[in-house]
Amino acid sequence: MKAPAFRYARPESLDEAIALLVEHGTDARVLAGGQSLMPMLNLRLLQPSVLVDINRLPLSEIRLQDQTLDIGALARHAEVLYSGEVAHMAPLLKLALPHVAHLAVRNRGTHGGSCALADPSAEIPACALALEASFVLRGPRGERRVPAELFFRGLYETALGADELLVRVDYPRAQPGWRYGFQEVARRHGDFAIAGLAAAARVEGGVLREARLAFFGVADRPVLVRGASVEELRERTDKMEVSGTRVYPPPFRRRLVRVLLERVTSSIEK
Amino acid sequence: MEPRARFQAIGRSLPRAGTRRLVAGRGRYVDDIVLPRMVHAAFLRSPYPHARLARVDLTVARAAPGVLAVYAWSDLQDTVRAWQSRSAAFPGLVSPTQTPLADGRCAWQGEPVLMALADTRAAAEDALELAEIEWEELPAAVGLEAALAPQAPAVHPGLANNVAWTKETLGGDPDEAFAKAALVVETQVHLARLTGVTLEPRGLVADWDPAGETLTVHHSHQMPHQMQAHFAEFFGVPAERVRVVVPDVGGGFGLKMHVYPDEIAAIAGAIKLARPVKFIADRLESLASDIHAREHNVRARMALDGEGHIVGFDVDQRHGAGAYSVFPRGSPVESSAALHLVGAPYRFAHFRGRLTIALQNKAMTGQYRSVGHPIAVLVTERLVELAACARGEDGLALRRRNFTPPGETPYVNGAGQRLFDVSHDACLLALERLVDVPRVRETVRSARAAGRALGFGVACYVEMTATGAEAYGKAGVPVSAADSVSLSVELSGAVRCAASVTEIGQGVTQALAQAVADGVGVPVERVLVHTGDTAQVPHGGGAWASRGAAIGAEAAWLAARRLRRNILEAAARLLGADDESLDLRDGTIVDHRGEARLELSELAHIAAFRGYELPEGFQPQLSLMHHYRRSKDLFLPANGVQASLLEVDLHTGLVRPLRHWAVCDCGRVLNPLLVEEQLRGGVVQGIGEALYEELRYGEDGHLETGTLAEYLVPMAAEMPDIEVAHVQTPYDGTSLGAKGAGEAGVAAAPAAILNAVNDALAPHGAALDAVPISPAAVLEALERGR
Amino acid sequence: MKHPLTEREIRAIVNGREVRARVPVRKSLVDWLREDQGLTGSHVGCEHGVCGACSVVLDGAVVRGCLTLAVQADGARIETIEGATESGRIGRLQEAFYQRAALQCGFCTPGMLLVAAELLARNPNPSRDEIREALSGNLCRCTGYHAIVDAVEAAKSGSR
Repeated sequence: MKAPAFRYARPESLDEAIALLVEHGTDARVLAGGQSLMPMLNLRLLQPSVLVDINRLPLSEIRLQDQTLDIGALARHAEVLYSGEVAHMAPLLKLALPHVAHLAVRNRGTHGGSCALADPSAEIPACALALEASFVLRGPRGERRVPAELFFRGLYETALGADELLVRVDYPRAQPGWRYGFQEVARRHGDFAIAGLAAAARVEGGVLREARLAFFGVADRPVLVRGASVEELRERTDKMEVSGTRVYPPPFRRRLVRVLLERVTSSIEK
Repeated sequence: MEPRARFQAIGRSLPRAGTRRLVAGRGRYVDDIVLPRMVHAAFLRSPYPHARLARVDLTVARAAPGVLAVYAWSDLQDTVRAWQSRSAAFPGLVSPTQTPLADGRCAWQGEPVLMALADTRAAAEDALELAEIEWEELPAAVGLEAALAPQAPAVHPGLANNVAWTKETLGGDPDEAFAKAALVVETQVHLARLTGVTLEPRGLVADWDPAGETLTVHHSHQMPHQMQAHFAEFFGVPAERVRVVVPDVGGGFGLKMHVYPDEIAAIAGAIKLARPVKFIADRLESLASDIHAREHNVRARMALDGEGHIVGFDVDQRHGAGAYSVFPRGSPVESSAALHLVGAPYRFAHFRGRLTIALQNKAMTGQYRSVGHPIAVLVTERLVELAACARGEDGLALRRRNFTPPGETPYVNGAGQRLFDVSHDACLLALERLVDVPRVRETVRSARAAGRALGFGVACYVEMTATGAEAYGKAGVPVSAADSVSLSVELSGAVRCAASVTEIGQGVTQALAQAVADGVGVPVERVLVHTGDTAQVPHGGGAWASRGAAIGAEAAWLAARRLRRNILEAAARLLGADDESLDLRDGTIVDHRGEARLELSELAHIAAFRGYELPEGFQPQLSLMHHYRRSKDLFLPANGVQASLLEVDLHTGLVRPLRHWAVCDCGRVLNPLLVEEQLRGGVVQGIGEALYEELRYGEDGHLETGTLAEYLVPMAAEMPDIEVAHVQTPYDGTSLGAKGAGEAGVAAAPAAILNAVNDALAPHGAALDAVPISPAAVLEALERGR
Repeated sequence: MKHPLTEREIRAIVNGREVRARVPVRKSLVDWLREDQGLTGSHVGCEHGVCGACSVVLDGAVVRGCLTLAVQADGARIETIEGATESGRIGRLQEAFYQRAALQCGFCTPGMLLVAAELLARNPNPSRDEIREALSGNLCRCTGYHAIVDAVEAAKSGSR
């Protein structure tokens, strides 16, 4: 089980990286942390002709801005997990990250890589959706911002063009009165979830008044449900389409979705 | 036992000296071996469960960079012969001839079709992508019941049906027993396919020297001497010119006991090229082509009389064997063992067993750790709980009432199982003390009152260990039940031991060192044990059937006692003393007052360099070889009991083991640390079987759990702490009295977990009888229970 | 390294020693360490990032050797079980693994030791649950994990 032959480039600047993407288009793959790409290469599920290793690019910074907390695409999961600013300004990520794979994978896997891959069972895209993050993409025509709701487009499909690089994910700073909950159902710690929920909610006097629930592992992409009360969230969640497999059929996943909703909202209201 | 034998090392929890290297990263596994001019093998495997090779064109593949050869079966026929699983134990077994590479047709997904040999593994894999094959898909029989259905496609052309083997056994009068029974309970248990998943995959480095006409195979395997015999036969090389060397082995669990077509092809490649060939199965190949186990559907009934005594079992078992019967032992071993082990902890006189083994277009199933036992224990202990529930009594009380008696007199149950020296009462008592059952039941009760679904489950078992020669000998299969040990006194006074048992990580070399140390009378640190090289160690069985302590260490002990006599005789001659008055303690020869007379190293020096100091004509024998075969009792029954406390999440269906307990009677314990860790490891494999592990094929015959992302093995976070206690009923047919311990952990863990899950679900009217227990199945059962 | 190539020159510090090498870019770090540097203490168990047998330390953090390319080691510091052993950095853990029989076949052990060492560096006094969680990305098929957890507990700072 060895990776197929490919060519490798390691740009030292963003412009170089984008030039490579422009040149090689869909034949190229961006190598960030590699924690999903490398297995696919080793299994020969992908055979790109060029790997563009972006690990030398200056995209690792976690920076607190006036309105946002900006996480560089190359920030490793472990750096985000142990960041004091993340704990303070995007606490949902701190709740979610211990569920992302395992220690060694978190040491290498990147924030941007997880988003750009858009695995429907992944935790970070759901958090980005619940937190209304915006994705900063850089291409030959400069930068553009895409809100999370428009970024995730389907199974392993995002708004990223073949000649674009995800450089940053900007999270609105956590606001007073907002609380966060995260739970997932997995048979083993660190596995991709059978179903999971990342939630942000405004609570007044112990009562949920506004919430954004991002379910993951239940469709081809994370699914956002908004509501102004738990009752409304229940109604809307029940209407959500849920996919399944032979082992985890849709009715089972649907039950998990309901259980997650109850558990997360009650933990938030507590 | 001889009167002067003293146990100093035996019975002590000594760490394994051999693991110092392993913790330092200095293990030497087969993939660490590099030979000059070595090339790497990779295989193209059938993507289809059943297909004809309509056309194969290797022109482009053979011209790929770094490629030395790309072989199909037609290229290897002059080098290696085909084989067929036949066993006198399974007369009439249907299993067509197997070839190392597919002979025009593939009968299972993962079957090796082409082999590329190249400078690197990557280049070999690249070449295979350039092979042009036209496949012609054939109808496939995949599911167990589907394969046995009347209109099922034939697994191999020309078969009238897909039945590989059937068997019916009768004991007593089951019809009358069931007719007269006061209570009959019934279950239908399903066990999914699974596999051993050694962390180190299968692998070998084959090295053919045409000048010296010698074949050397460095092989990650449990049984070097068995493989020597097979290789000699398959390649037409005299056996003495076949050397099988087993380096450090990264786990065996039974899957490294067999003959695998890809391994045979790789050796054929080494012979054809006259260059060393390395083949290391990658994880995809492991999951698809390592021996699988299980895939059983068992309908079983148990009859009891009015007083709650078990009177009989009626078992109808179906087993999926895959496309062929595994070579050389045969795939019926697992199901046949399971059938006869039903009810083994209990007295019963009446039995009917029916077994139907199906051929399927899937990988073969065969022997995996604790062969057959987990199936039988699951069936039996499920029935026992159902009966206790129907009778409104405690399951432990029902078990106690029915245990086979302890004692030396063999008890032969209705299924023909011969049991002696078992200690179910003592083990259950030890378990109750270990667990503090009333307290755990109180924990369960109070958790339930708080809305949590805790469950407590117990499973008793018998593990038939240390198989004797009559099993495979009479079957005509070259698997030895004997062991041999050679010992020599080194000049330093250390004792060097070469043994035919194989070290595969289970720690048998440490057990042997302790037996030799006590047997001779030297410190355990002064014993060096070598295993796993047919050119260096005498012939014997290797590692299978939990035989290391019961047979291998017994051979070592007997050899050691002989060596000790030789040493004392030589010392007596040298010292002019009566050898009865001398003793050997901690490497020093002492007289009857305990005073040191001669160091063993000095004696070795005299023997080696200054033999003239000994009496004229006396030749000291400071090295010897001893062969041992147990001459009675086909199996040594070990026994024990396990218990599980777990929690079922009634909303998600997830099962979380909280604590696990294991009590084991494996006779005399040579090293408690080794036994305890064997048990713990086995228990966790059993928990894997109960909760996670499944080789799931789609109806189209495609393996859906082909990577470790889908085939779930137990990891640290979900596993409980496991408390262990020992009961020791030494076997009196040997000097050491040890029975097997290596597999017992696996035997009862799935049943203990299933019983605990059912205990947790019982208040909700739900029950399960299939493993692995998926969360969806739990919720469905709860739904049905409403 | 602006232009895509199939082979690259790299320079890395491997177990404290500078290594210069030419590597095929598709070669994994663990294959390079094992095959080209003779560091066979890191093992190949699954090649898809699940088992942890290939764990090595890259710039101070444990990573999967099968999910990193050798070419990515350019300019990095790599430590394998051999280096960690020679420096004595994990001696306490190794002694505890040996004493407690926290290994059987030993194939997972180098990875387990390196991960356990990183855990103890981050959290000198982990609970059993925290140890289990930290080790949950490393497959051991032999021990059932209990003894490994015991050994890591025994090697905690302050414990005897």
